[in-house]
Amino acid sequence: MTLSAYLALALILFCIGLYGALTKRNTVIVLICIELMLNAANINFVAFAKYGAHPSVHGHVFALFAIAVAAAEAAVGLAALIAFYRSRKTVQVDEANSLKH
Amino acid sequence: MSGTDIAFFLLALAAIAGGVTMLQLTNVVHMVIALVMTFVGIAGLYVLLSAEFVAVVQVLIYSGAITIIMLFAIMLTRHHTDERERPTTGGVWHKAVAALSVIAFGLAVYFGIRQLDFGADGSALSGDNAKAIGKSLYSYYTIPFEIVSVILLVALIGAIVLAKKDGKGAEDE
Repeated sequence: MTLSAYLALALILFCIGLYGALTKRNTVIVLICIELMLNAANINFVAFAKYGAHPSVHGHVFALFAIAVAAAEAAVGLAALIAFYRSRKTVQVDEANSLKH
Repeated sequence: MSGTDIAFFLLALAAIAGGVTMLQLTNVVHMVIALVMTFVGIAGLYVLLSAEFVAVVQVLIYSGAITIIMLFAIMLTRHHTDERERPTTGGVWHKAVAALSVIAFGLAVYFGIRQLDFGADGSALSGDNAKAIGKSLYSYYTIPFEIVSVILLVALIGAIVLAKKDGKGAEDE
């Protein structure tokens, strides 16, 4: 399997995630679409680690760092979602349009 | 066509099918479950790329932890019954513009990557994946590794502070 096949797959997954993040109305789904985009980036890291100009394990380490930061981002994002839900009683993105409550 | 190619196409199909199903469904819980298929397919692709350790971490963190935390967030928040009527923002024009922009972006990137080949045959990485990652983490990447632990601690404290009921809000209820 060549490098460009993996890159094309990651691109398709990134586009699915981007479209979902731009159009979905539920904040949880927007967050999980962002996770999908980060996953596509991780596929690129690992694919370059095997088929890149300098194959080494550094790509794997970078993917692990990205997964750790994505987990932290999901936790903080969902905590913010819970706080928002408590003040506005909704989780729809298009109703989160004011800074004061 | 070798066995690796067949496995790649099946796993890629599973990953893309999970994503497309997620876009089509209307029930929020079903969408998250559809995404699990994508995450497991990506874990299989990591095994094909001889990144067994990253594959195990992917199953643990994404298919396990992040899916469960998303399901918890869905259960803890109320969902309107009219979700079925309007699961997306904006109207048809908004969706059309978003889809066209995403497709244009995808085509632009695809023309950049379709001929990309560094000539590596992929035989450099084999066996003892976790050992090599561990050695790299604790020698070359020591400082970033420690910074990631600080990030996780800050995220833990930040999530607790954000989600905690403040005194004023508790009195109001």
